[in-house]
Amino acid sequence: MNDTSPAVVVGAGPAGICAAKTLVAAGLRPIVIDEGLRAGGQIYRRPFLDDGRSATDLYGSEAAKATRLHREFDALLPSIDYRPQTLVWNIADNQLHLMANGDHQQISFQNLILSTGATDRVLPFPGWTLPGVYTLGAAQTALKAQGCTIGRKVVFLGSGPLLYLVAWQYLKAGASVAAVLDTAPFTAKLNLLSAFRFDPRLVLIGMSYAARLVRRGVKLRYNVRPTGVDGSQHVEGLSFKSGAKTHSIACDAVAYGFALRPETQLADLAGCSFRFDDRDRTWLPVTDETGRTNRKGVYLAGDGSGIAGADAAEISGELAALALIQDSGAVADPGRMSVLAGARRRKAKLRDALEKAFPFPENWFEQVPGETKLCRCEEITVSSVVDTLHGNDLRELNRLKALSRAGMGRCQGRMCSAALAEVLSSTQKLTLTEIGRLRAQAPVKPLPLSLHEGGA
Amino acid sequence: MAAHHSRSQFQRHFRRDEAPIPFTIDGIAYSGRRGDTVLVAIMSVTDRLRQSEFTSEPRAGFCLIGACQDCFVTLACGMRVRACTTPLEAQMAFITRESGNE
Ligand SMILES: Cc1cc2nc3c(=O)[nH]c(=O)nc-3n(C[C@H](O)[C@H](O)[C@H](O)COP(=O)(O)OP(=O)(O)OC[C@H]3O[C@@H](n4cnc5c(N)ncnc54)[C@H](O)[C@@H]3O)c2cc1C
Ligand code: FES
Repeated sequence: MNDTSPAVVVGAGPAGICAAKTLVAAGLRPIVIDEGLRAGGQIYRRPFLDDGRSATDLYGSEAAKATRLHREFDALLPSIDYRPQTLVWNIADNQLHLMANGDHQQISFQNLILSTGATDRVLPFPGWTLPGVYTLGAAQTALKAQGCTIGRKVVFLGSGPLLYLVAWQYLKAGASVAAVLDTAPFTAKLNLLSAFRFDPRLVLIGMSYAARLVRRGVKLRYNVRPTGVDGSQHVEGLSFKSGAKTHSIACDAVAYGFALRPETQLADLAGCSFRFDDRDRTWLPVTDETGRTNRKGVYLAGDGSGIAGADAAEISGELAALALIQDSGAVADPGRMSVLAGARRRKAKLRDALEKAFPFPENWFEQVPGETKLCRCEEITVSSVVDTLHGNDLRELNRLKALSRAGMGRCQGRMCSAALAEVLSSTQKLTLTEIGRLRAQAPVKPLPLSLHEGGA
Repeated sequence: MAAHHSRSQFQRHFRRDEAPIPFTIDGIAYSGRRGDTVLVAIMSVTDRLRQSEFTSEPRAGFCLIGACQDCFVTLACGMRVRACTTPLEAQMAFITRESGNE
């Protein structure tokens, strides 16, 4: 062990940037590792190449925050050891295993802040593997990072704040929005009233997207269940139920998702303990309100420690860094820490209300046809997973994964684990807590073959 | 499955006048734009990236942020790259047809 090993921050989204800034202000020189080409994370993702769009074009109502964070990060560059395009693919024995440009490196750490963010949470529906069906986050990334839309006439489907935001961004960019299909009932939106108490600005902005869509003639529908994608080679339309009626709508792309799921694999490999979180419907690493974990020297921040949004990510990034500074024996402003902790608690209340306004479709399993692919990677259907459970007292998620092979593919369960858990809990009449959680395995993402096999 | 699909899935709204970057798909010449990812370059001229391993269905990526691993494409040299996070380089030669097929 080396006492002088620098603090490491994984992830350069709003949480990681604020953590790094706080460490630098305390006189440290952290290593900042991010898989992306440019810092900013998901919400403040920067285009590969500047293309003439302004911050307002790219980030809308959040333009000022994006510009500030990008500027702050750029100003940190002389004071940090920044490693872009570098994947952390394993953590073992206080060592981070990195892959950059096909090269393997290992660095040891004493103090580590994981701010790995989130990815779209999806549930399978018939046709979801067809070209032209993308996640909501993908639809936004195509536009933000590359200036492209995923099609010409796009249906937006699912639940979550991104549904209305991305539909509006597409309309503004010149794509046609065929419809916005919300899987939640309209009455769920009444919960925005209680969210308003905690963040009026955010709620008003969110509601303005829906209003602007309606004003531009876009149909919004509620209580929707997708029943299939039309087309055999690519998307030609979407069929769905709304109430008792079945509808069909012509489109050449579908963007869909059900809010987000946290990226917790590295926390798992680092040995953090987990608890089940009802709001996120998933297992989250256990932390105190500053982001300390059960593992000494390991801190968590941002959406990777529980979905809370970009503003909360900034707060938790700073808090985790202050906790790290305090634990290393230096002075961290306790007043500042309690202000941040209070702000974080308010964000959590906001999230409670937002989750009720954009709920997860709990009856997915009862409605999905058995022939639907559950696992995109291994191409395993819902009914073949159910067959694995037949006449079997299988009650644990990792065993179901091993026997059905669903979740064993290249995505490591990122795209199917929510569905796999629903199938097991619904079929065996167990709670999501009782079936346990999928354990993370290294490498957390596939590595180039040459690295796996030790080169040529 | 030698048929080529000239229908483009993605539509460009910006960077349309950037410098063209030549590449090929199954030997046919196309051009992308400076600043493209491999995924955007291919999906702006056709409607698929690859065929799925087990059922040979067309696939075209899904998450665009390096999470789903659905967008792997094979280069003529045999190397595979994750299309949504790999910048396009001039003269990249992609193979989207299943090996063993015409
Ligand atoms: C595609 C997408 C689009 C979104 N768009 C919006 C939006 O428009 N508005 C909004 O309010 N919210 C949006 N969100 C929600 C978003 O999660 C938060 O707003 C915010 O970005 C969270 O900040 P963060 O710092 O926690 O994580 P992120 O911003 O997600 O940053 C995490 C960073 O960690 C890096 N990373 C993760 N794992 C590793 C690893 N193993 N090795 C190396 N680097 C790693 C990632 O590359 C990423 O840059 C979006 C989420 C997604 C997935
Ligand atoms: S599209 Fe999901 S990893 Fe590339």
